[in-house]
Amino acid sequence: MTEFEPKIVAFVCNWCTYAGADLTGTSRIKYAQNVKIIRFPCTGRIDFMLLLKAFGEGADGIIVSGCHPNDCHYTSGNFHARRRWIMFRGLLDLLGIDIRRIQYSWVSAAEGAKWADIVNSTVKTIRELGPYTDYAKVAGYLEKEVKE
Amino acid sequence: MSKIGVFICHCGENISSTVDVVRVAEETGKLEGVEFSTDYKYMCSDPGQTIIKQTIKEKGLTGVVVAACSPRMHEPTFRKACQEAGLNPYMCEMSNLREHCSWVHDKSEATTQKAIDLVRTLVEKVKLNKPLYPIKVPVTKTALVLGGGIAGIQASLDIANAGHKVILVEKDPSIGGHMSQLSETFPTLDCSQCILTPRMVEVAQHPNITLWTYAELEKLEGFIGNFKATIRKKAKSIDENICNGCGHCTTKCPTKKIPSEFNTGLGTRTAIYVPFPQAVPNKPVIDKDNCTYYQKGKCKICEKLCPTGAIRFDQQDELVELEVGAVVIATGFNVMQPSGFPEYGYGKYKDVITGLQFERLASASGPTLGEIRRPSDGKIPEKIVFVACAGSRDPAKGIPYCSKICCMYTAKHAMLYQHKVHGGKSYIFYMDIRAAGKNYEEFVRRAIVDDEVNYIRGRVSKVYEENGKLIVKGVDTLLNAKPVEIEADMVVLASAAVANPGAEELAQKMHVSYDSYNFFSEAHPKLKPVETNTAGIFLAGACQAPKDIPETVSQASGAASKVIILFSQNELSREPVVAVVNRSAPPVYSTCVGCFMCASACPYQAIGEELITDRKGNVIKRVAKVNPGLCQGCGTCVAFCRSKSIDIDGYSNEQMYSEVMALLNND
Ligand SMILES: Cc1cc2nc3c(=O)[nH]c(=O)nc-3n(C[C@H](O)[C@H](O)[C@H](O)COP(=O)(O)OP(=O)(O)OC[C@H]3O[C@@H](n4cnc5c(N)ncnc54)[C@H](O)[C@@H]3O)c2cc1C
Ligand code: SF4
Ligand code: SF4
Repeated sequence: MTEFEPKIVAFVCNWCTYAGADLTGTSRIKYAQNVKIIRFPCTGRIDFMLLLKAFGEGADGIIVSGCHPNDCHYTSGNFHARRRWIMFRGLLDLLGIDIRRIQYSWVSAAEGAKWADIVNSTVKTIRELGPYTDYAKVAGYLEKEVKE
Repeated sequence: MSKIGVFICHCGENISSTVDVVRVAEETGKLEGVEFSTDYKYMCSDPGQTIIKQTIKEKGLTGVVVAACSPRMHEPTFRKACQEAGLNPYMCEMSNLREHCSWVHDKSEATTQKAIDLVRTLVEKVKLNKPLYPIKVPVTKTALVLGGGIAGIQASLDIANAGHKVILVEKDPSIGGHMSQLSETFPTLDCSQCILTPRMVEVAQHPNITLWTYAELEKLEGFIGNFKATIRKKAKSIDENICNGCGHCTTKCPTKKIPSEFNTGLGTRTAIYVPFPQAVPNKPVIDKDNCTYYQKGKCKICEKLCPTGAIRFDQQDELVELEVGAVVIATGFNVMQPSGFPEYGYGKYKDVITGLQFERLASASGPTLGEIRRPSDGKIPEKIVFVACAGSRDPAKGIPYCSKICCMYTAKHAMLYQHKVHGGKSYIFYMDIRAAGKNYEEFVRRAIVDDEVNYIRGRVSKVYEENGKLIVKGVDTLLNAKPVEIEADMVVLASAAVANPGAEELAQKMHVSYDSYNFFSEAHPKLKPVETNTAGIFLAGACQAPKDIPETVSQASGAASKVIILFSQNELSREPVVAVVNRSAPPVYSTCVGCFMCASACPYQAIGEELITDRKGNVIKRVAKVNPGLCQGCGTCVAFCRSKSIDIDGYSNEQMYSEVMALLNND
């Protein structure tokens, strides 16, 4: 049997983590192919409903990453994101989503190696947790309901 | 119908050696809405760009995805190419196949598959892109400079000499700041007043500069190029247009015992006063808190004496509104009162003074006319101890930073003392000598070698009085922490340079950030040292961090040049990535419910309200409205809005959702 290859979406901000991931590339540090990045202007822009959408569309894991506290290009977007994450975590619990499936982190534009570490460790965690289909099923059902 | 062109770059071999670029072009060419796809060795090269431009024209493309290096590298290049071919530049997106794929993975099927996924995601996004147009905002070519120390003076003169109007607002009755209080200045020992006062006069006489002293910023609204400032001109109780500055009033005022701020309490002044003889403007103000008439209802001696009839007891504060295009903050710093350090005895013993007080004693225009005399009895001190880092570099007392100027001015003080008091003995307790500046180390060497100042490396633990002497106890750490005791006649504390008392409040008024010590924060510690995080507001001088005069002046000229660059444009062009609140036909008008969650989240105060009215002017609905001049496009508001009424161009909800869906649906 082939090994389970998780699908992981990374929601990152343009100024810190996206640039940090660029540096991982420039430094030629290798990491797993499972993580694919979507670029946002700021973590403050990340509507956490998008995370649910990603699970609904079949993601097995998610990374949210932006600037360190006080480093936000827009001064405080990352603080809003952090507060939102704290609220959202409770909601995930209620929905029965294992919060280990979401990795929330800070990676600056200078932390190329850290980005590779986060990708690899997230892939490892999600691999251990196995494929995630529960939420997709619920979401798929709900969508059908709405249509009918 | 979308007609998207996909252009895959090999980046020499950087991408093509691990990603099967031909297959990526093939696979993405099959996507719905993709009209054309190809791969090429160097997309960014001239021939590469030509392929894109020609395809746009020949196939009538409505959108372009260039899959190459990071957009942080070449997005401007490809957007420009699209524009040259007649396609709106914001209809071009880049997929990052190099930094985020080929450079971080080995050659494999999975790597190529990831590349296909990444390109597909951007194809789906670009289908939803809208043409965007740079936002144009007009520029009011008048600068507001806050603070008339050497920083504000330099910035004002530079901007005014470039032909622009400047309004210089100073809170005190005269401009000059701390530099006007200094005796001689390191590292050249030239007289501070002699180099400063000509500039002060130049400011007052410059046709492009309007000087308002005894005035402060009340309110600041608006955005880069278009600020609205409200200035409070405090009542001076004189009519400046009539007063000729003869000074009769100040000689006869009966309230004479007020400690002079300019002389740091070592001299006195009257209630109607000019802070110092070279003050600009050289016209008095009445200090209401200390004036007998204001306090007790009678006196008015100055009014009787004034030959021009300029005294106005009924004068009120005046609020003036100004339109300005840029602001330079040059409000300087303050010297910490070392009373929080009981071990030094400041406040307890008259002859323990601060460095700034020593400047006044050493100044030819000071209370002792430049002779070093003890405040207690006017005697000339035979032994003097200087304590460096009195308050600085002391995390326990809340100031972990180095005040930067004290090592140098302490060396200067000891030197001045040795020059003025022949046979006197001077000692400096120090932690390290920080003399990194042009000719600074040489200056300190001169103090040590030529003027025989005794440097003792160690801290002072206690200062107390005994038999009319100040006993200074400390250690010499270079001699195995040997205790040292000096019987001194005077002690001078190099007390820390701190932020102004009102700095925090001022920063909040202007929406600029400040650090944990209340110094104003620059936009980037290395690359944007004179900008603040609010576009159009710049920093000059010691309000940003302690600094000496050469550094202050360079930063002030730097800030001025930023203002001049801004004023060289009639209109400003801004990235059109901004938030918008939706509008729809009546009876809905907008799905916005007016909760203003977005406004509370916006870091730039860019969201205000708009009243939707009917033809008769009755308010139908109160909704949020984004000021595109202020919005920086972070999108925080979008994530906050519960009714999905606010969205951001370039990163819209629709675009982000379609990216998520496209990324995951690859089977
Ligand atoms: C004891 C001592 C000795 C020194 N010796 C030397 C030396 O020998 N050589 C050297 O290079 N440097 C020396 N310095 C450093 C020098 O004083 C500073 O570099 C310089 O004064 C900084 O200028 P500035 O204009 O930024 O600030 P400041 O001189 O502090 O001027 C700020 C101005 O802004 C005004 N202001 C404050 N708040 C407001 C407000 N809200 N609205 C309007 N106006 C406001 C203030 O009244 C003041 O006029 C010394 C400093 C000290 C303390
Ligand atoms: S746009 Fe949204 S968050 Fe802002 S006021 Fe309207 S409903 Fe509230
Ligand atoms: S995008 Fe950011 S800056 Fe613009 S209005 Fe929204 S919160 Fe404010």
